[in-house]
Amino acid sequence: MKRLAPYLLILPGGLWLAIFLVVPMVFMASVSTQEGDVVNGFVQTFNFSVYGDALAQYQTQFLRSAGYGLVATVVSIALAYPMAYWIAFKGGNRKSTYLLLVLLPFFVSFVLRTVSWRFLLADDGMLLGPLKSAGLLPDDFHVLQTTFAVIGGLIYNYLPFMILPIYVALERVDPKVVEAAQDLYAARHEAFTKIVLPLSLPGVFAGVLMTFVPMTADYVNAGILGGPENTMIGNIIQTEYLVNNDYPTAAALSFTLMAAMLIGIFAYAKALGTENVLEAAAR
Amino acid sequence: MDAPAPAGRRSPLNTRRLGDRLLRVYVWLIIAWLFLPIAVMIVFGFNDTQSKSNVTWQGFTLKWWGRLDEYPELVTAVLNSLKIAVLATVITTLIGTLMGLALGRYRFRGQGATNLVMFAAIASPELVMGASLLSLFISAGVQTGFATVVIAHVLFSLSFVAITVRARVIGLDRSIEEAARDLGASTWTTFWRITFPMILPGVVSGALLAFALSIDDFVITQFTSGATQTFPLWIWGATRIGVPPQVNILGTLIFAVGVAIAVVNTVNARRRT
Repeated sequence: MKRLAPYLLILPGGLWLAIFLVVPMVFMASVSTQEGDVVNGFVQTFNFSVYGDALAQYQTQFLRSAGYGLVATVVSIALAYPMAYWIAFKGGNRKSTYLLLVLLPFFVSFVLRTVSWRFLLADDGMLLGPLKSAGLLPDDFHVLQTTFAVIGGLIYNYLPFMILPIYVALERVDPKVVEAAQDLYAARHEAFTKIVLPLSLPGVFAGVLMTFVPMTADYVNAGILGGPENTMIGNIIQTEYLVNNDYPTAAALSFTLMAAMLIGIFAYAKALGTENVLEAAAR
Repeated sequence: MDAPAPAGRRSPLNTRRLGDRLLRVYVWLIIAWLFLPIAVMIVFGFNDTQSKSNVTWQGFTLKWWGRLDEYPELVTAVLNSLKIAVLATVITTLIGTLMGLALGRYRFRGQGATNLVMFAAIASPELVMGASLLSLFISAGVQTGFATVVIAHVLFSLSFVAITVRARVIGLDRSIEEAARDLGASTWTTFWRITFPMILPGVVSGALLAFALSIDDFVITQFTSGATQTFPLWIWGATRIGVPPQVNILGTLIFAVGVAIAVVNTVNARRRT
């Protein structure tokens, strides 16, 4: 009985994950090599050419998504690091208040916040309207439906997922270690680059994992803030699945996206010298 | 507050203080940026707009607060969101707590695999999760709707609850349980009287997280909902024809409840430690 206890405890959750996370991947693989249409039904034909066709057709959107994800991630690191640093080292006893302030916007639906940005950035909206009527901006100046709006929306929506892991890593840095470095005549910037920064890298690593992947797969920001020129691969997958009902193409695109991300994550882990991605992510 | 700087080190200290001050301003600017669309949402619930596009400010009114039921499908969508969130939270908290207990307390075969799958559940993009679930439901001939949304919501919040509880279980002082057992308490009594109260804060924050994740979710919900509408799905649909002020008001109300719960939880946590 005692030896069975962990298995009995893990069973319901384990089954849930197995049935609804692992098994669907197999079904998606199967769907991606089927042929047919929604009216006449789909037949398993092991038609792998759909991968090549889909990739050729939507290459632009794939590359655009990767580019948007990359730029948004890099800007997020630059914005989040100083903020996490200040909260961790200068936040004093109000640290938890600052963290709460970072998280509070999340109590408003993701979609609704993005729609609010659309209000703000509309051509005659609260930000551009007054500037235009004051003659500070030309009348044909737009922010909506531009790359800038989509990348800005991505950064806005995922920034807390970068701030929190970096904060957690910095918070674990013992201030005594920094003091010791300074006692040993390290200048302030040296203490930072040689002690604090390396110790905080696992946090940056976790932050990149938590932002790059969802940013690249996002379709809400491109859908609400972008135009036809900003379509991301997520928009394509969503449309193929839910509007066109072209399940094989949609499944093939999803698989390609997932495979590309897995390869990216492992390459990134390798580049950082982390052999085991799980170990780094678990910290 | 600060001790006066010694004469010889005055200048580096001053630049340090200036740097800190600038950083502090920077932190508040980012916080302001994070809250900007929230402020817009709240303010535009009071906008005396004439058309359906609630974009420009046209004066203050309270009239929308009295007309919250003007769009019956919107009310249904909000109620659906709440029902799904409650149901998903109950299921997730139950089975996630059991997982957290197993992972925090025991070493067993398959532990590594469980951790791997939990990590995959957190790291895989929602789009891929939603797409693969839809593939499963299509292949199995399952009609998507309320039940499949609940299944999906349990799936993506389960790992978060398990990890939160596991952290709490690992941090427990086992000697208190041993003492209870030495004093003749059965395994069952020890669990309910000693262990459970000690892990309860972890269970509560896990449940809050699951609820927040569920009520906000858009992507997986869109893939698994079929004809069932939730609040975020209704807003997404409305972006094409114009978002009515009622959406802002309902968003404001959900925000207010969330803030109240978070503040109470934080105050409680501070009192306990």
